[in-house]
Amino acid sequence: MTKRNFKSNIIPATTMVGPVTLWLAFFVAIPLLYVLVMSFCSTDEYYNVVFKFTFANYQRLFDANYVQIYGQSILIAFLTTSICIILAYPFSFLIARTASKKKTILYMMVIIPFWTNSLIRIYGWRTFLGTNGWLNTILQTLHLTKAPLDLLYNQGTTVLGMVYCLFPFMVLPLYTVIEKLDQNLLEASSDLGAKSTTTFIKVILPLTASGIFSGSIMVFIPTLGLFFVSDILGGGNTDVIGNLIERQFQSGNNWPLGSALSIILIVITLLLVRLYQKCGGNMENLGV
Amino acid sequence: MSSLKKAIVEIKNVNKLYGSNQVVKDLNLTVYEGEFLTLLGSSGCGKTTTLRMIGGFEELSSGSILIENENIEDKEPYERNVNTVFQSYALFPHMTVYENVAYGLKIKKVRKNEIADKVQSMLDLVQLGGFEKRYPAQLSGGQKQRVAIARALINQPKVLLLDEPLGALDLKLRKQMQLELKRLQKKLNITFIYVTHDQEEALSMSDRIAVMHEGVLEQLDTPINIYEKPKTKFVATFIGETNLFEGYINKVEGKQVSIVIESGNIRGAGEDYHENELIAVSVRPERMKYSLEPVEGFTLKAVVKEQVYVGSVLKTILVLANGKEIKIERLAGETLPPEGIVYLYWENDDAKLIHSDDNTFFQAVENIQMG
Repeated sequence: MTKRNFKSNIIPATTMVGPVTLWLAFFVAIPLLYVLVMSFCSTDEYYNVVFKFTFANYQRLFDANYVQIYGQSILIAFLTTSICIILAYPFSFLIARTASKKKTILYMMVIIPFWTNSLIRIYGWRTFLGTNGWLNTILQTLHLTKAPLDLLYNQGTTVLGMVYCLFPFMVLPLYTVIEKLDQNLLEASSDLGAKSTTTFIKVILPLTASGIFSGSIMVFIPTLGLFFVSDILGGGNTDVIGNLIERQFQSGNNWPLGSALSIILIVITLLLVRLYQKCGGNMENLGV
Repeated sequence: MSSLKKAIVEIKNVNKLYGSNQVVKDLNLTVYEGEFLTLLGSSGCGKTTTLRMIGGFEELSSGSILIENENIEDKEPYERNVNTVFQSYALFPHMTVYENVAYGLKIKKVRKNEIADKVQSMLDLVQLGGFEKRYPAQLSGGQKQRVAIARALINQPKVLLLDEPLGALDLKLRKQMQLELKRLQKKLNITFIYVTHDQEEALSMSDRIAVMHEGVLEQLDTPINIYEKPKTKFVATFIGETNLFEGYINKVEGKQVSIVIESGNIRGAGEDYHENELIAVSVRPERMKYSLEPVEGFTLKAVVKEQVYVGSVLKTILVLANGKEIKIERLAGETLPPEGIVYLYWENDDAKLIHSDDNTFFQAVENIQMG
């Protein structure tokens, strides 16, 4: 580009890139910086934020109680991701292989709940699973159980809620890769002597791995932060990192510590995305 | 076909319906060992469906297919001793050239060093030595095509099915691959069943051609007979260019047949024709002759409309009194029809007579007789 061209392009370039830059600055960069600065601040005895540099917040992150919750978060995220893969894989195949009209219906079955407020849907589960909830009432009416079952407030229910909330995030990337899967490749494999299980392992799985991969990232990371699911369904016994953060900003009123925890969550996220990238994952599949 | 040849694929009374749409109609076809047979027709004629039924990717609606005298109806594609070269190549994108070609052998659990030897010689055969480590995305169309052929041949199938394998290649490469495929087929002595819509390709490569139209096998014959002795009007017009005249026979004298068409009288030769029979007459453009004087038995007057240069040949388009266009082809350097009125004719043997039962035409004949 010549100098003159560059100059004459400044105005249109600014009009196009400018608003986005402002948006990112105000809603991403500045808040993030704020959290970062906050995480190095101290508090006085009344938990007021004091702008005095300290590493104390980060030191507290290695507190045994916290470390235990990191482990628990990762376990819950791992279970959620695994269950999502197992459920979403055949389901995505079903959508991809269904004729157009039914396909839309199946697709909408995933998308419509996705558009509905997830907090409300999680409360719905509590109502459904509670001691006097629908499920227990039905079971008792049918005399299948004598006493109401204790279904809420355990790790299983939290995982259930997480799977329920994040299922679409697994289906969408999986559907994308399965839809693109060339039917001819499966025929070619069969033609060359492979039975359907062999075709699945040698052709279908490797060609859809990128979808499993991006789906996993998109389920695993949010699970670490979805505090309201474990709050409502786990009853405080199955905290994830999100719960720790939320508590410091709310009841704990320790913003610097909450910020340090947030930074840790961001770092974990970035590490996972980096790992994804290293393994050849396509960033576009993450919507980046 | 001589009875000495061994039938390898027998298609018997096969029908294929998609809903109420019948794409293959009562097809009977025998393919012999070592032969290069082409299924030729325009898109939607049922040729690919037929190929896919042999490969096992489509179920028959009725009838049966035998491979080496064995009914293969209940056999899955992986149980059939045939392999397919797909139109889109269908190479596994996550595997290298080597892995693609080795796939069939790996499935069969052949020993590793044996696989390596076989893949190597197969790649040499298709002139792709040195490309082992490339991925399909790094290959040109022609190279992908070769990998697809090598991959399909490595299991040493009895029959190789090829579904428009050269369709995506440019003209020059296509011509080259045609020759190579033919050479490969001769060398390996494997039966090829080849699907194409390109009549030139079919004529130059095949031992026999099966011309299909709207699910029906119109004619099964050698390329020369398909071109020189078309049995149906469709075959006459689909293969190469032709001038088709429709009329009725008004006189049969020995082998010589006189025919009345809308534009006048013409002649042809043939046996088993009788007077008043409806008939179609096909005359190839290179067989058409012209004269400045009327010729006995012919009353076709025409004027030159335009001349088209197409490289080695010159096409002249003439118009009859009723507006019908006639094509004459001459090699470059030969004399061309002059401006003004010429009289068209041909040698009796150069006209191919085709039985016709076209009723719409019957009306036209009556109109001529009414004057």
